[in-house]
Amino acid sequence: MRHLLDTRTLDKVTALRILDIAEDMSDTQSREVKKLPTLRGKTVVNLFFEDSTRTRISFEAAAKRLSADVINFAAKGSSVSKGESLKDTAQTLEAIGADAVVVRHPASGAPQTLATSGWISAGVVNAGDGTHEHPTQALLDAFTIRKRRFGADSRGRDLSGLRVVIVGDVLHSRVARSNVWLLTTLGADVTLVAPPTLVPQNVSLWPVRVVYDLDQALAEGPDAVMMLRIQLERMNAAYFPTEREYSRRWGLDALRLDGLPDGSIVMHPGPMNRGLEISSEAADSERSTVLEQVTNGVSIRMAVLYLLLAGERDEERGGDQ
Amino acid sequence: MSARTVLHEADVSRALTRIAHEILESNRGAENLVLLGIPTRGVTLARRLAVLISEIAQTSVPAGALDVTLFRDDLAKHPTRSPHPTDIPAGGIDGKTVVLVDDVLFSGRSIRAALDALQSIGRPAIVRLAILVDRGHRELPIRPDFIGKNIPSARSERVNVRLVEDDGSEGVTIEA
Repeated sequence: MRHLLDTRTLDKVTALRILDIAEDMSDTQSREVKKLPTLRGKTVVNLFFEDSTRTRISFEAAAKRLSADVINFAAKGSSVSKGESLKDTAQTLEAIGADAVVVRHPASGAPQTLATSGWISAGVVNAGDGTHEHPTQALLDAFTIRKRRFGADSRGRDLSGLRVVIVGDVLHSRVARSNVWLLTTLGADVTLVAPPTLVPQNVSLWPVRVVYDLDQALAEGPDAVMMLRIQLERMNAAYFPTEREYSRRWGLDALRLDGLPDGSIVMHPGPMNRGLEISSEAADSERSTVLEQVTNGVSIRMAVLYLLLAGERDEERGGDQ
Repeated sequence: MSARTVLHEADVSRALTRIAHEILESNRGAENLVLLGIPTRGVTLARRLAVLISEIAQTSVPAGALDVTLFRDDLAKHPTRSPHPTDIPAGGIDGKTVVLVDDVLFSGRSIRAALDALQSIGRPAIVRLAILVDRGHRELPIRPDFIGKNIPSARSERVNVRLVEDDGSEGVTIEA
């Protein structure tokens, strides 16, 4: 694997390979010594043009557990705020000797540009770009669903037949997009639930079903309910009348939580707006996988960095055999 | 491409039985023994040895798997390898006599990686090495304690170990 830019073009074999390697990585994290020497001498740069705590820390922990050197680059307080272009920043990283660049950017497509422009030779991992994709989040969500469902017997399995409901601000959510592509590639049935104003226009081209009524979707007894964060920072128009109304119609409250069948899980990519899209009862319940998702995120990112950096580099063919 | 068979099914089984006895002899019994195979065929061999030793000593000996992929120093020289699961028997390896088991000993780099991998899991009292085929060409100061068969080979030749559980047939061949 040369880069990880999206889940839309990720084939099932590669996706399962990442999930299975993440299982092995996860096993090593319960050992006495968690650090592995695998990526010794490699340098990973976290290039974050947008605020993020958990994703950056997760990538940092993943790289460090594999013994790579980590350089954190936040756009705030850097020469980017002095007007440096993406190209110049990238070439500076290249000159420092970065082997992989983990990039988060407010513009959709920025990681793609970094990977294909020829500015740098490092592998690029998309850590969230605009409203486009957030592939490692989708991978860790798929990993979490599989792990809860199949436990120690997870290796090699896909998600066929499992039903996942994704609820909330689909319009602005890169997490929802990445999950739609990945989960359907892995064989799951995906249903989106949102107010009509927060459903993207081109959704009819996606391999999903759209429902506007949360109770209707939950009545079908899904295996996983994924609540999306209402991104208050992106709410630049009146998408719904009040937060209270949103919470009542599309929030996961205690009553809806009780109605879920045994074994179905509640997911949230974090950070949560407690009381808005998810109630504290749901967030802290047995069904909630919020903290497991964080733990699994490190294993997934270790697997991705391993696949990007460990094997021999094949510049011409741009992939591993 | 001529393949020459150097060990037949009966030879493999005889070699393993002898190694089982040698392990028991050098350990003065089955006490504290843990057999750890290196994936994939080493794991199969470790399981077989555990059964043999258990039969001879009339006491059960644990066997497991130790993946060394993430500890290799030659990862960058090959296409990306997929790791295998590691399976440490309940009871762990602290203070135990660990016998590492692999099918072919060549450069010794897998065993070096295995020693590092062991270190991340615990601290065995003694570590020994059992090998079905030693083909020479060591690149590191590593030697096996128990050897099924020494097979002098040219560096360019390929030694193939086939085991019923993994390959459906049994035997060791050498290919020019």
